[in-house]
Amino acid sequence: MSQSQMNILKIENIEKIFEIKVSAFKSKNLYALNKITLEVERGKTISVVGESGCGKTTLGKVVSGLYQAEKGTIKFHGQDIAHKKPLQRGLLQKDIQMIFQDPYSSLNPRKKVKDILEQPLKIHTKLNKADRMQAIEKTCADVGIDLGYLSRYPHQFSGGQRQRIAIARAIILNPELVIADEPISALDVSIQAQVLNLLMDLQQKLNLTYLFITHDISVVKHLSDYVAVMYLGEIVEYGTKEQIFSHPQHPYTKMLFLAVPDIDNPVLSEKVLETGEIPSPIDLPDGCYFAGRCPLKDADCEKEHPPLVEKGDQYKVRCIKV
Amino acid sequence: MSEMLRVENLKTYFDTRKGLVKAVDDISFSINKGEILGIVGESGAGKSITGFSLINLIDSPGEIVDGSILFNNRDLAHLSEDELSKIRGGEISMIFQDPQMSLNPVITIGKQLIETVLYHNPETSKQDAHKKSVEMLELVGMPAPEKRMASYPHQLSGGMKQRVVIAMALINSPKLLIADEPTTALDVTIQAQILFLMKKLTKEFGSSLILITHDIAVVAQMCDKIAVMYAGRIVEYGSNKDVLYNPKHPYTKGLIQCLPRLNEEKTRLYQIPGVMPSLLALPVGCYFSDRCPYADEECKVYPETITLEGRLVSCHKVK
Repeated sequence: MSQSQMNILKIENIEKIFEIKVSAFKSKNLYALNKITLEVERGKTISVVGESGCGKTTLGKVVSGLYQAEKGTIKFHGQDIAHKKPLQRGLLQKDIQMIFQDPYSSLNPRKKVKDILEQPLKIHTKLNKADRMQAIEKTCADVGIDLGYLSRYPHQFSGGQRQRIAIARAIILNPELVIADEPISALDVSIQAQVLNLLMDLQQKLNLTYLFITHDISVVKHLSDYVAVMYLGEIVEYGTKEQIFSHPQHPYTKMLFLAVPDIDNPVLSEKVLETGEIPSPIDLPDGCYFAGRCPLKDADCEKEHPPLVEKGDQYKVRCIKV
Repeated sequence: MSEMLRVENLKTYFDTRKGLVKAVDDISFSINKGEILGIVGESGAGKSITGFSLINLIDSPGEIVDGSILFNNRDLAHLSEDELSKIRGGEISMIFQDPQMSLNPVITIGKQLIETVLYHNPETSKQDAHKKSVEMLELVGMPAPEKRMASYPHQLSGGMKQRVVIAMALINSPKLLIADEPTTALDVTIQAQILFLMKKLTKEFGSSLILITHDIAVVAQMCDKIAVMYAGRIVEYGSNKDVLYNPKHPYTKGLIQCLPRLNEEKTRLYQIPGVMPSLLALPVGCYFSDRCPYADEECKVYPETITLEGRLVSCHKVK
């Protein structure tokens, strides 16, 4: 298969703009996603990282259909889904599923586990009751939910168990793409490892493709194949995990890595004080958005906005200094 | 180094309708001047209740039922509410996880800072308090502090709000600062800045810091001493180096092993099976026994705490 056939999702020049009211009569545009281009390969994990406000969650929501993009295309199975609401996507929607951050709010508290898992089957398949039950049992075995728990309600479970239920709901329709938006950050450390292992096992078993949205760099390193670093609605660096982690080139990526606490290298260097803070995404400068925090900045950086330059081997970076 | 705080056999119990919850059960630790103690554990381990107990912020049905908290020759566990309120925010202050909840949304941060100074130092003039507040904001890295004094909390970002909370906690030069997950709600870059500041200020002021967190990597960066809590008890307690880089208790080992590491790649992470038991349904004997790979008959009795290679540890299987 050629490269393009293996890519199940092609995101091209996606823009998502929110109108923000700044005063009673005036509103301004906030570019939550600014010309994002990304391809996702079947069976691989692509992680999107960045600080809060960089647009990573918005990207997940646009792909899943919770938001509609203003411009650009998202090709999934050759069809453009960027401007379609979930109901207009028809059968395609079944192949894109989502896992949310907080398993306390993503499960309906008034439904039993069985009903939560049965709902997608009722909507998207023509299975009869017995077949649905069979599918539920199979999925429960895959994610490690005891069948005796099926008639319980979400509040009777711990956070880790709930996240398993949310994962079961996401995979029960045999999707191709699973968008996981911070799926472990609400969980305890020992439970995080359990859920990460589960996600990786399921990927192997079901040939799942993950769009993994997170701020946790060590998790990204652990499970990604490709990494996209986002800053203020844009991708600033993209590459394979090896490229990004062994030779990070964009100053923002380097800054992020410097700030990550590491038990194997527990030094807190004074350099972290220079990292500054993500600016408001409204009224962005003409030049590089990162210039205000960048140690390499000079006059050229403020002249024009740097493009995302392909440096070969799928590696891309948005900085004129590298 | 002189001792700042000594907690002995502290027990904080909650008498609920479902039964007695021993949220903090017989824990002891101490902290010296200029030292940073980390209390780590998962949710429900009792680490926050430990922090609240130190300044007696325990609400009914909870109560400190036993033990002593010795601070400057006084036992905080047995002080009156009046005396405690003079200590809180003065000699001992606390930082909470969510800066949004710690600040009053309808009062400017300047006024809140000044109020903190004046409450504990009524003889100070308003001008001096204002000046001190601005200095403090500058110290915690707030840009344009003079201008920011007039801002309301909602006008600041999460990181900036947490800086205000830290400024407020440090403004009366406390001898002890208790920080309960101070950076959990923040981005990594902001987290690194705030942690750096807290460490620097602790060392500079010669005060002490108790850092309550679930993040072991943060503890590794910050702390001199570490107490690992599980189901209301301390299971391992010792120096940073001993506890993190030569852990003895199977729970501590598991917590460290299950972290995804930056410098190594594993296909599967080590995982501790199961979840922390409910405090209402603790296993017989060692509380960790039902998740522990080494548990056997011996573990049906809660283990004694022993001293081993410089740290305190409660486990039958380490000798």
